[in-house]
Order: sequence, then structure tokens, then C-alpha cells
Amino acid sequence: MKKTSKHDRILLAHGGGGQLTDDLIRHHILPSLNNEVLAELGDSANLNVSSNSLCFTTDSYVVKPLFFNGGDIGKLAVCGTINDLAVAGSKPVALSLSLIIEDGFEFKLLEKILASVGKAAHQNNIDIVTGDTKTVEAGAADKIFINTAGIGVKLADVEMGFEKITIGDKIIINGTIGDHGMTIISQREDIKFQSQLQSDCAGLAEITCELLENTSGISFMRDPTRGGLAATLNEISRSSGLSIEIRQIDIPVKPAVQAAADMLGFDVLTIANEGKFIAIVSPESADDCLKICKNHPLGKEAKVIGEICRSRDVPVVEMITQIGGKRIVQMPYGRELPRIC
Amino acid sequence: MLDRIQKAQNLCEAACKALGWQINIMEVCGTHTVSIFRSGIRSTLPKELKLLSGPGCPVCVTDQGYIDNVLHLADRDDCLIATYGDMIRVPGKNSSLEKKQAKANVKVVLSSEDALQLAKDNPEKTVVFVAVGFETTAPATAVVVKEAAEQAIDNFCILSGHKLVTPAMRALLSAKNDKIDAFLCPGHVSVIIGYGAFAEIVEDFGRPCVVAGFEALQIMEGLGEICRQLTAGKAELKSIYNAVVTEKGNIAAQKIIDECFEAVDGYWRGLGKIEKSTLKLKDKYSRFDALTRFNMRETPGEEIKGCRCGEVLCGLIEPPECGLFGQNCTSQEPIGPCMVSSEGACAAWFKYGGIRTSG
Amino acid sequence: MCLAIPARIVELEGDRAVVDSMGNRWRAKTTLLPEAKLGDLILIHAGFAISLVDEEEAKKTWQLIAEINEFQDTPNKISG
Repeated sequence: MKKTSKHDRILLAHGGGGQLTDDLIRHHILPSLNNEVLAELGDSANLNVSSNSLCFTTDSYVVKPLFFNGGDIGKLAVCGTINDLAVAGSKPVALSLSLIIEDGFEFKLLEKILASVGKAAHQNNIDIVTGDTKTVEAGAADKIFINTAGIGVKLADVEMGFEKITIGDKIIINGTIGDHGMTIISQREDIKFQSQLQSDCAGLAEITCELLENTSGISFMRDPTRGGLAATLNEISRSSGLSIEIRQIDIPVKPAVQAAADMLGFDVLTIANEGKFIAIVSPESADDCLKICKNHPLGKEAKVIGEICRSRDVPVVEMITQIGGKRIVQMPYGRELPRIC
Repeated sequence: MLDRIQKAQNLCEAACKALGWQINIMEVCGTHTVSIFRSGIRSTLPKELKLLSGPGCPVCVTDQGYIDNVLHLADRDDCLIATYGDMIRVPGKNSSLEKKQAKANVKVVLSSEDALQLAKDNPEKTVVFVAVGFETTAPATAVVVKEAAEQAIDNFCILSGHKLVTPAMRALLSAKNDKIDAFLCPGHVSVIIGYGAFAEIVEDFGRPCVVAGFEALQIMEGLGEICRQLTAGKAELKSIYNAVVTEKGNIAAQKIIDECFEAVDGYWRGLGKIEKSTLKLKDKYSRFDALTRFNMRETPGEEIKGCRCGEVLCGLIEPPECGLFGQNCTSQEPIGPCMVSSEGACAAWFKYGGIRTSG
Repeated sequence: MCLAIPARIVELEGDRAVVDSMGNRWRAKTTLLPEAKLGDLILIHAGFAISLVDEEEAKKTWQLIAEINEFQDTPNKISG
């Protein structure tokens, strides 16, 4: 791979559309992402997708720190968008990748991120087919911002939505909560602590497609990212008009994640996940769904954590606590701060 | 565990039956408020047993005047504000630290030592440490004030908002508050001051005082013990937090508080002035007192018209009885401290939309 | 008041310690607990050890500790 030998950092000129941009794309970006469509370097990607039922999504990634145990901003950018397509009931087929990079950003870090992007795409059987690169003055982009957009083909006979959710439906999660958020928090400058925590960042399309193709009772899926399980369940409750009851004793949490949350005063229900999804399924299909999850590497700790209930006055999310009490699970404020009290 | 919970519940039920009137147990610790909420304990208690959230967390009781002093310093270009996360959303008259964070001179710290380090790392700025908390946290502040003195770190100072628990309890009871039947006493304050410190409340006011930790089982068993006493017509001092609490407490911590601080009259949001209830740096360390350094005074915040947080904090009314509740005062735009704290009495009521979880 | 959790001292030099709670390691000072030794279970609050923790009582008090058998075997080392 021929590299530009003169520069070890991004310059504003790398986003100028001239020689340096060309060098950046051909010698740094293409080699990591390596596919025929992208290699054409057309203004638009030509795709052959024969379906009239597509899903389309986009997300931007501004995570800090850029590199964390279990992943980095590159892996996150690929998996996050794949997961939005996956929980919408589609098979992801193509991604775009937009980079906004600060003047002065080190090439070796950029290459590390691009390698992660390439690896994550490859592991999830998807291509980055088009992209864009811009550079901005130092300080204007907090080192690097990434946006990915994705297209997925809807799976046949899959009809999911808030209106499909029924009283009595079970709620399944594919594994432990809080891993990603607590890992990021453990590496934040103001909090930093040593730990074995790992982000759970992973692409979920394979497991969700397997579930949707082999069972017929799934009414809804979502991935509990920012705001954690609490935010996602509250969104579902509000939009469906139904109440939700979950059981604390059935919610999988790693002891290290729980201990870290206890130290800082966080509620694990509100902590972000990047490799988890919840599926709302008919009671008859719950066992089959669990079985499929547990047979997949990303679902070994899957559990039924609760069910959909009738609402009384307003739809609420409630949790049966470990002591058999009941408490409301609120929509989180949106920014979790460590407490001492 | 479940059998121990059942036993505690039985004691609570027995007390309700024996006494025949509503039993009000107050906790004066923000961490107890949060734990009680998160563990869903209220929903397991009989209707006749009410848990009151008292003036026990820095968010709830920090006077608006104190916050305005912090915000005033945050506006200065030569100051860095170091604060625990708890204080970020507390509103002053017009603003909060959260709104000042865009200016990048407000840093969240986990320890007073981090605040001191911030001063060492930024010699051209003065670091103001927002020193709040009860007796559990005051020793941590005292340690760094001593270190700053010993190491001549002159660009460090504190704005002391440290408060003392027992004066507040006395003030609540002296106001002829017949509503409070017993206290669930703060476990970690007791680690420092010793459970013996609550003996005066039992002796002078005849109310049971039980020290408990923060796990759900601890709180349940604490309530069970209180109810056992109430049924027997007793008022005793007891601690069930045997893992860490002793009668005399942490002597080293008490000594360092005493070396650096003295108890003075102070303003508590919603409760007004309470005698000898807040800690002020002694003259020996006054150069580390931000009030001295910046020539500021502690003035009580303005009374917010219509705000009845004080009565909520004393357990005299319930949140919906306050005219501002749910109208001008919501969890998105809180006015009073009981709504500011995400686990405060008003915030909890607001989010339930009026649905009670206590059966 | 306030938030404090049990953790084991795994490094100790003077009054500067590293404590371990379920694999998470935090810096802490033992200035307020001069009797603390390497290997002790302590209660940490706002970066300070404020009390020794009785191991037997700990199992009866904290659910996370009661559930984890390995809590006794947290590896520790002399710092430096």
C-alpha cells in the first residue's frame, strides 16, 4: 500500500478536492474498505437491489474517547447503523461513510479507525459503497466525526410496529445491559478508572434476521442505545399506549458493570448498549425466540425480562424489584452525571 | 433474603395494626431517598405506613444564595469550578452550573483530591471547590484544605456548603412537627459521627432512631426495627448497619473536621436558618474560604412565591398540595429543590402523574 | 448520605491506595483510615476510605457481595 510519505497528520488541504484528497482516498481510505462499488469512486454508488421494500437510516458518531475497550468510533459507526436496519426487520445491504476530520488529526489514528470500519463491515457482510471526506480547522470537530447511512432490504412477511404490540407479549433481551456505556464512562477523562469492562459493540443483523426468518410472533424490535433500556421501554410504552412490566431479577447485568454503576450512582437501566436489542414477541413464540438467541454468539445470555400490560390511567414502565417491590422506570434525563449522594 | 424481608414486613404491619393511626417515618439522607425509590420499597409497605423524604440531600437543601455565589464565580475568567455531579442541575436565581458548562470552566470531579489536582495543573486559575455534603463528605474536604495549606497551593479554595444532620433533625422536631414518628438515620453519616450521635434525638424528643445502610434489605430491616419499637411503645437508638457503623464513629475523620471547620448558623433551602448547622472554615484556614478570598457574603436566596418545598421537606404536605406543582414547577423546568433532585419527593410524584406506588 | 461502596485495597503506598470492586480499580486515599492495610475491605466514599468493612457482615449486607464467591480472592499486589 503506497502511502503519502510526507504527511503524518491531516491537513485542511486533504479535504480540498485536489491532489491530497485523491491521495487520502486512494491510499488510506480505499485499501481499508476494499470493494468494487466503492473502487469506482463515482459521485454516486450504483447498486443492484431488487426490492420495493427498503429501509433507510442514518446516524452520526461523536463518541469520546475515540478508542475504548471492545471497539472504537469506526466499529461503532458501522455496527450502530447496521443495528438500526436490523431492528427495523431488514437485511442491511450497503452503507455510506462520511468523515469530518480536524486539521492535525494523526494519520495513524485515522488508519486505525478505517481498519476498524473495514473489519466491522467485512464481519457483518456489508460494503461501504460511497463516502465523503471533509476537513475542518483544528477544534471544530473534536478530532473526528463520522456519519453513516444505510440501506436494508425488508425481510419478506415481516410486519412490525407499535400497533402490532399486544397485551401479554413478552419482552426479550439478548444479553447483559450497560456494558458499552460503563466502558465509555470508565475511560472518560473526568472519571477514568481501570477495569476489565468491554463495550458490547456488535452488528446484530445476523441474529435478528435469524429470529425473523424462523419465527412469526415478533411484533417489535429496538436497540437500546442512548438512554439504555429505560429510554427504549419508555418510548415503546408511550408510542403503543400500553404499559410495560419488567423484572429486575431477570435483567442480565455483569457484576463489574453493576459495581461501577453503584460507585458512581448510575442506574444501569439508563446506560447505553451497542450490541443489544429487545424483541417484543407473542407468548407462544417466546421459547423459540430464546432458543434461537441462545444458539447465537450474541444471544447466549438472552432472557425474557417482562411483558406488555394494559395501561391504567397513563402508560407506564414498571419494574418488579429484587425485593418484590414495584417502582416506575422513568425516561432518563438524557445526561447521566456521577453522584456522591 | 425473602424471608428476612417478610419478617420486616410483618413487623411493619403489626405496628400499623397496633397503633391504628398513620405512621410517618422520615429519612434524612438523599441516598436513602434514592435507594427507597429504586428498590420499590414503598409499594411493599402497608398503606398506613408512610415514608417521608426529609431534608437529606445537597440538591434539596443547598440554599439558592449559595448556588448564586458559585455561579458568580463561574462567570469569572480566572476561576475554575470543581463540583460533584450532584450539583450541576441545581438552579440559582437565573441559571445553573449545567448552563455554564458550555464555558468549559466547570469540571465534574469524583473526589476533593481531583479538585486539588486541578489547582496544581492550572496555576494561572483559581480553583473553587463546591464543597457540599453532610458529615460523610466534610472530612474529604478537610483533608484537601490541610494539604493545600501544607503544600502552599494558594490557587485553591472552597465554598463550603457542608451541613450537619442532627441540627436539621432537631429543627424539624422543634417546629412542633408532630408528624414525624421516627427517623431512619443515615448509614454513612453514622460511619463518621457514630450512631451515638443520634442519642440526643431519642432522649430529647422520644423518637426511635435506627441507623441503616442503603441496600433494600437494610432499609426494610431498619423499618422493621422502628415498627417493632413503635408497637412496644419504645423509643430507642439502634444501628443495624453493623458492617461499617460503630457507636463512636471514625475518630480520625471527626478530628480533621474539627481541626478545619467550626459549626455556624446556616441557610437551608426551604427550611430557612438553622443554628450551628453548617460548617465554616476556621480562621486558621480562612484564606482557603472562597467567601473570604472573593469578598462575598452568604445571603439567603429569595423566597420563591408559592414554593412550598419547605413543607414538603418537613413532611407536612404532599407535593400535589403545592400550587406550583405540575404547573410552573415541572421536572423539565424545576423551581424548587424537591423537583430539581430527580429523586426528590416532587419529582417522583410528577413522573408518576399522580399514580402512587404505595399500594 | 452518601454513596459509598465496599472495595478491597489492592495497592497501598503511604496513604495512596488502589481499591478493587468486582474488577474495577479506583484510586483512593486512606488518610481518614490510618489503620487500613493491604488486603483490607474498606468503604470508599468520594475517593476516601472511611471505614473498615467487616467481611462476614458484608456478605449479609451487600447483595452483590453475597452473590459473588470470588470476592474473597481479589488479587492484590504491593505497589511500585
